[in-house]
Amino acid sequence: MTLQHYLLVSAALFALGVLGLLTRRNAVNVLMGIELILNSANLNLVAFSRFGTGNLEGQLFAVFVIVIAAAEVAVALAIVLTLYRLRRTPNLDEADILKG
Amino acid sequence: MSPEAAVFYALAALTVGSAAVVVLARSLIYSAFALLFTFVGVAGLYLMLGADFLAATQLLIYVGGILVLLLFGVMLTHKLYDLDLRSEVTQFLPGAIVAAGLFAILALTAWQTEWAGGAGRAPAATTRDIGQLFMGRYLLPFEAASILLLVALMGAAMIVRRKPSA
Repeated sequence: MTLQHYLLVSAALFALGVLGLLTRRNAVNVLMGIELILNSANLNLVAFSRFGTGNLEGQLFAVFVIVIAAAEVAVALAIVLTLYRLRRTPNLDEADILKG
Repeated sequence: MSPEAAVFYALAALTVGSAAVVVLARSLIYSAFALLFTFVGVAGLYLMLGADFLAATQLLIYVGGILVLLLFGVMLTHKLYDLDLRSEVTQFLPGAIVAAGLFAILALTAWQTEWAGGAGRAPAATTRDIGQLFMGRYLLPFEAASILLLVALMGAAMIVRRKPSA
C-alpha cells in the first residue's frame, strides 16, 4: 500500500464530511460531518508521517487534532442544547434569532 | 492480492461506506451508529500505518467520548417519544456537486503529485517516543492543549447551566 491509497481514502472521507456539512439541517448531524473532516485530516497526517521523513511529528499533530475535536464537540453540543432550550428545535436554519 | 492489500481495502470500504451512511441516512440514530464504524475503520487504518498509540487514542476518545457525547446530543434535542428521529436534507444537489468536485480535485492531486519519498518509518512501537516528545520538545503545545481542554469544558458547563433563579 502506498501513500496515494491512504490519501484517496482521506479525500473520500473529507468530501463526505463536506457533503454532510452542506446538506444537513440538524445541528448534531452537521457536527458528525465535522468529525469526518477532522478524521480525514488526521489520516493524512499519519500517512505522511509513515511514508515521509519517518519522524513522529505527524502523529503528534494528530493527537492535538483529537484534543481540539473533543473540546469542539463539548462546546458545540452545549450551544446546540441551549438553542434547543430556546427554540425547541435542533435545526440550524431556524436559529435566526440574531437576524433583525 | 497480498494480505496487506486485502486488509487495507476492507478497512477502506468499511470507513468510506459507513461515512456515506453517516451523511446519507435519513435517521439520526443510524448516522450516529454508522459513525462508530467509521471511527473503528480509521483506527484500523492507523494500525496499518504503524500508529498503535494513535489507534488506541482514536478508539478511547472518539468511540468512547465523542460518539457518546453526540448520542447525548441526539437524545437531548428530541422528545423521547419521538421515535423516528428524522434529519432532513436540504440543498442536496449543490452540496453533492461541491463535494464531488472537491473529491475529484483532491484525488487527482493526491494521485498525480510526485510525493517526495523519504525513508519512511518502519512499524514500531510509538508510545514511548510520543511520550518523550510530549514531555520534551513539545511540552509547551502540550500544556497549551491541556489548558484549552480545561477552558473548553468549563465553558461548555457554563453555557448549558440554567440561570440560578436568584
